[in-house]
Amino acid sequence: MSKVRVLVGTRKGAFVLSADGKRKDWKVEGPFFAGWEIYHMKGSPADPNRIYVSQTSGWFGQLIQRSDDGGKTWHQPGMPDEAVPPPGPPTALPNRFAYDTSETGKPLTTHQWYDGTQHPWEFKRVWHLEPSLTDPNTVYAGVEDAALFRSTDGGENWQELGGLRGHGSGPMWMPGAGGMGLHTIILDPGNPDRIYIAISAAGAFRTDDSGTTWKPINKGLVSGFMPKPDAEVGHCVHHVAMHRARPDVLFMQKHWDVMRTDDAGESWREVSGNLPTDFGFVIDVHAHEPETLYVVPIKSDSEHFPLEGKLRVYRSRSGGNEWEPLAKGLPEKDCYVNVLRDAMAVDTLDDCGVYFGTTGGQVYASADAGESWMPIVHDLPAVLSVEVQTL
Amino acid sequence: MTMGESSKAEGAGTVRVALPYHLRNLAHVTGDVEVEAAPPVTVRSVLDALEARYPMLRGTIRDYSTGQRRVFLRFFACEEDWSLESVDKPLPEAIAKGKEPLLILGAIAGG
Repeated sequence: MSKVRVLVGTRKGAFVLSADGKRKDWKVEGPFFAGWEIYHMKGSPADPNRIYVSQTSGWFGQLIQRSDDGGKTWHQPGMPDEAVPPPGPPTALPNRFAYDTSETGKPLTTHQWYDGTQHPWEFKRVWHLEPSLTDPNTVYAGVEDAALFRSTDGGENWQELGGLRGHGSGPMWMPGAGGMGLHTIILDPGNPDRIYIAISAAGAFRTDDSGTTWKPINKGLVSGFMPKPDAEVGHCVHHVAMHRARPDVLFMQKHWDVMRTDDAGESWREVSGNLPTDFGFVIDVHAHEPETLYVVPIKSDSEHFPLEGKLRVYRSRSGGNEWEPLAKGLPEKDCYVNVLRDAMAVDTLDDCGVYFGTTGGQVYASADAGESWMPIVHDLPAVLSVEVQTL
Repeated sequence: MTMGESSKAEGAGTVRVALPYHLRNLAHVTGDVEVEAAPPVTVRSVLDALEARYPMLRGTIRDYSTGQRRVFLRFFACEEDWSLESVDKPLPEAIAKGKEPLLILGAIAGG
């Protein structure tokens, strides 16, 4: 029987939740890396036992952790455990994220600060790790301040794909309230040269040459907080999702507005439809139904919690515009949590499972595509990210 | 002061370092560590030796991009705050001879 493994990153450590295909009885393991912020953890599609973790701390900075046995043991890539390292310069620097300063990268030295002045790029943390679809040793990292890095040696060393910051629009990028993070990385399963990324607050970008050059793909986005609401860059994109069978179709939860493109980002249109509020952070797509979407509406940019204290997932089965609330098993009152941008995932079992985590420390699961929900855990630290592996 | 698994030496150049909890975990040690620091023994030479012996600590005490002490960490030697001293200033003899540990402390902050 198939199994699922849910990888949960929280403010104070990582947790691994596992169950068989029924998804009723759960085994909870953790905390791993107790006391550290785990922004994201994700398994390799090419080797499910390979899991990458972004471990970070205001005191000690950024670390990368890796498991090669499905989460039983962890190590910093290329680092010895107790052994005395060999003499000579190190061959692995797994937590070094150095911005590209080469001419070819055309690096930018400044971006827009909160007060409109220009500010130098400063590395803070890794927000998102995206393993290659085909090579367990290749993994991408989206970082704050926004940039894209890649490792081809299992996370031992990282190089920036400098063409993204070299696009030329960097001075117009700016941090959102949570920082200026590159939070979404989508690898096109049909075209290994195509990658989509998204940044708060710059917008979405696409490369068609494996990361050498990039173009902003924000036509159709309108952001009222910007001096020019339909500008090429500057939009606060919260998350983007794709169904792997239709890589040209993307769905976006923007700061406000749920958006859709059918032409790989060349143009977007709003599909918020009858949502009670179109502010939110997460968005995801059903594993087998490319027109079935999930969002969690949040009251507003000023009040990051569900409307009326009722936690509800909204589902569209028509690719947007028509939405239905899904509430069975979710709190019906007094619920004032948030669901952060990387905290929803779907499994690929026949009955698609949907998972999301809250800032209140709950992780909810649905084994029937959202019809009903149950909490796997109630009282974890605030959940930053949720990913699921179907094994 | 709790002494850990490596409390053997007091010879010149063998320096004891007391790490904060999370860095002890990263380094897979349970108490103070000992490193052979190049003379003259300074904060820089101790950290260089520490990172060479425990490479998993690279970047956790000194920022990779600036080489500077991370802002929420501080260095104490013989009950004095050395955080703002030059990293090339020779440390007290008691530190250099391993009689007292160099303390690396994390700020008491956060939730």
